[in-house]
Amino acid sequence: MALTEDRARAAAARTGWLLSAPALTLLFIAAIGPLAIVLVYSFLTPGQYGNVEWQFSWDAWIGILFTRDIFDGTLGLADAHLTIFWRSVQLSVLTTLITFAVGFPTAWFIATRPPSERAFWLFLITIPFWTNLLIRTFAINEVIRNEGLLNTFLLWTGLIAEPMRILYTDTAVLIGMTYVYLPLMVLPLFAAIDRFDMRLLEAGYDLYASRWQVLRRVILRIVRPGIVAGSILVFIPSLGAYVTPRVLGGGKNMMIGNFIELQFGQGRNWPLGAALSIALLVIVTIALLFYVRAATKGNAHG
Amino acid sequence: MSRSVAVEARNAVKAFGQGAAAVRALDDVSVQIRTGEFFTLLGPSGCGKTTLLRLIAGFETPTSGRILLDGRDITADPPNRRPVNTVFQSYALFPHLTVAENVGFGLAMQGRPKSEVAATTERMLALVRLEAMAGRRTSQLSGGQQQRVALARALAPKPRVLLLDEPLSALDLKLRKEMQVELKRLQHETGITFVFVTHDQEEALTMSDRIGVMSAGRIQQIGSPREIYTRPVNRFVASFIGESNFLPGRVVPGGVRLDCGDTIVAETGTVGGQVTLAVRPEQVRLCAAGEPGALPATLTDLVYFGTDTHCHFALSDGTEVVSRLQSTATGEPGLEIGSRLGLRFAPGAVQILGD
Repeated sequence: MALTEDRARAAAARTGWLLSAPALTLLFIAAIGPLAIVLVYSFLTPGQYGNVEWQFSWDAWIGILFTRDIFDGTLGLADAHLTIFWRSVQLSVLTTLITFAVGFPTAWFIATRPPSERAFWLFLITIPFWTNLLIRTFAINEVIRNEGLLNTFLLWTGLIAEPMRILYTDTAVLIGMTYVYLPLMVLPLFAAIDRFDMRLLEAGYDLYASRWQVLRRVILRIVRPGIVAGSILVFIPSLGAYVTPRVLGGGKNMMIGNFIELQFGQGRNWPLGAALSIALLVIVTIALLFYVRAATKGNAHG
Repeated sequence: MSRSVAVEARNAVKAFGQGAAAVRALDDVSVQIRTGEFFTLLGPSGCGKTTLLRLIAGFETPTSGRILLDGRDITADPPNRRPVNTVFQSYALFPHLTVAENVGFGLAMQGRPKSEVAATTERMLALVRLEAMAGRRTSQLSGGQQQRVALARALAPKPRVLLLDEPLSALDLKLRKEMQVELKRLQHETGITFVFVTHDQEEALTMSDRIGVMSAGRIQQIGSPREIYTRPVNRFVASFIGESNFLPGRVVPGGVRLDCGDTIVAETGTVGGQVTLAVRPEQVRLCAAGEPGALPATLTDLVYFGTDTHCHFALSDGTEVVSRLQSTATGEPGLEIGSRLGLRFAPGAVQILGD
C-alpha cells in the first residue's frame, strides 16, 4: 500500500520536473549561461577595439572603486564611480519611497471599491504596460522639457515667470522612474490590502486607537508582505535602470546601468563592464537579503 | 431596586440610502439600559438590533436622535473616544499580534504604562482561563478560545458598557452553552453592563436580566424574560419568543367570542373590538369533549419530541391549536388522530393582543 503511494509520489515528482523542463532549459541558456560568460570576462584584459584578450587580470575588479593615476600609476578612489553608485542607490531608494507614498493610497482606493469596479481600476493601472518603455519615457520628456506641456501650462497660468529646468536633472530621472515603476508597487499592495479584513479597522477604533494608530499599528503591519514585495519589485529594476536615466537624465546624470553600457560601448572596457554587472548583482542580492530579513522579523516567531 | 442608566438611545433613527430609496434600519428607538445589567436585544435578522449596537459603539451616526452614556451626549464622539468596547461577531482579532498583545491592545492605545498593560493583560487572560495561550498567535486557537480572547480584549480597558454582537453564533451547540455560562460569570465578576445582541430566543431568555425585542427597526417590548414570555404585548413578540396559539375573536360582554363560535371568559377592553388571543401550547389542557367551558376540537396530529409531545388540534372553524404535553413512557392512551376532545386554557394563561 505504502509502496504504491511512494511510487505514485515519485511519478508525480518526475512529471513535475518534466513539466518545468522548458522553463529550466530557457533559464539555463538565457540567464545562467550569459552570466557565466560575464563572470569570466570580468577577469580578462580589455582588448584594443572592445572585445577581450584572454589574459587573466584583477584590473576590472580593482577598477570598480579605484583609478590608476596616469602619471605615477598609484591607485586612488574613483570619485566619478562612487558618485554614480551613490546616485543610483539614492534615486532607487527615493523611487521606492515615492511609489509607496503614491501607490499605497491608490491600492487602498482600488481595494475598497465594490468588486465589480475593481477590475476596471486595475485595468487602468496596467494600461502603461501596453506601450513600449522608450516611448513612454519620451512622452515624459515631452511633458517636462523647457517648452513642454508642464512649463507651457505653468507659464500660461502665471505661476512661474520662466520655464523650470527639470529635464536632464536627477528630478527628471526620479519622475520618470516613479511613473514607470508605480504599477509594480500598486499591484502587490493591492493584493495585500484586498486580503486585509476591513473589520479589523473597527476593532482598532473600538479599542481607542486613533486613525493614525490604526494605520501604523494594524494596517501597515498586516499588509507588510505586500509592502515588501512592492519595494523589491521597484527597487531592483530602479537600481539597474537604463532607458529612463538615459533619456531623461541626459548623458551626465548616469546611473549604474548607463555606466555599465558605457564600458561596453565607447569605453571599450568589457571586463570593467562585466565586473560592474556582477557587482551590481551581488549588491542587489545582499540588500535584498537584509531587507527581507528586517521586514519579516516581526512575523518570524509565529 | 432603582439603578442609574448606563447607556440610553433617545429617538434614534438610522436610515440607509437617500431620498425615497432610504431604508429605516432604526425607526425612532428609545431605550434605557441600566448600569450593571445584562441587557439583550433580541430580534430576527434585519430588525435593526445590530444597527442599534453600532450606534452605541460609534461605528454609525444616527440620522436623528441621540446616544447618551451616563447621561452625557456621546452622539458625535468617534468610537475611540467612547468608553465602550465591542465583541465582534467575527471576533476581529489582530492576526499579527499574539493573544497577550491582542488583549493589551486597547490599554496600550490608551497610553497606559507598560507595567499596567502587562498586569491587566495577565489578569484578563486568567479571567478567561487562557493564561497558557498568552504567547500564541490567534490563528492557532480554536473558535471558543478566540471567542474568549475577544472577550478579554474588550473587557481589559474596563469599558462602561460591553457590546456583544451575536458573539456565540459561530460556535457549535455544546460550546455555545458553555460560553453562555461563561458570559454570565464574566458579567457577574466584572460588574460591567452588557448589551448582548442575538436572534436566539433561548439564549436571550436564559442569560438576560432584561430583553428588548426588536422588529422592523422598532423596539416591540422591553421587559424581564418572564414578562416577555408570559405577557407578550403583540403578536410578533408572542410568536418570536416561544410558540403561541393565536385565536382571533371579538370582545363581547364577559369575554371574547372566538371566530369558531365559542366564547372564552376573559377580562377584556372595549366590547366589540377585534382582538387576538395568544395561548402558549403548554397552557392548553385537554379534557373530555362537551365539558362546560371547554372548546371542542379534533386531534389532527401527534408529534413526539422526546420530553414532550405536541398535539395538533383543529377547532370547529379549522383554526389550529397546539397543546404540549409531557411525554409518558407508555404513550398517550386515548389520544388517537380524529378523536374529539375539549380544550381548556390554564387560568391567566390567555394573553389578549391588540393587533
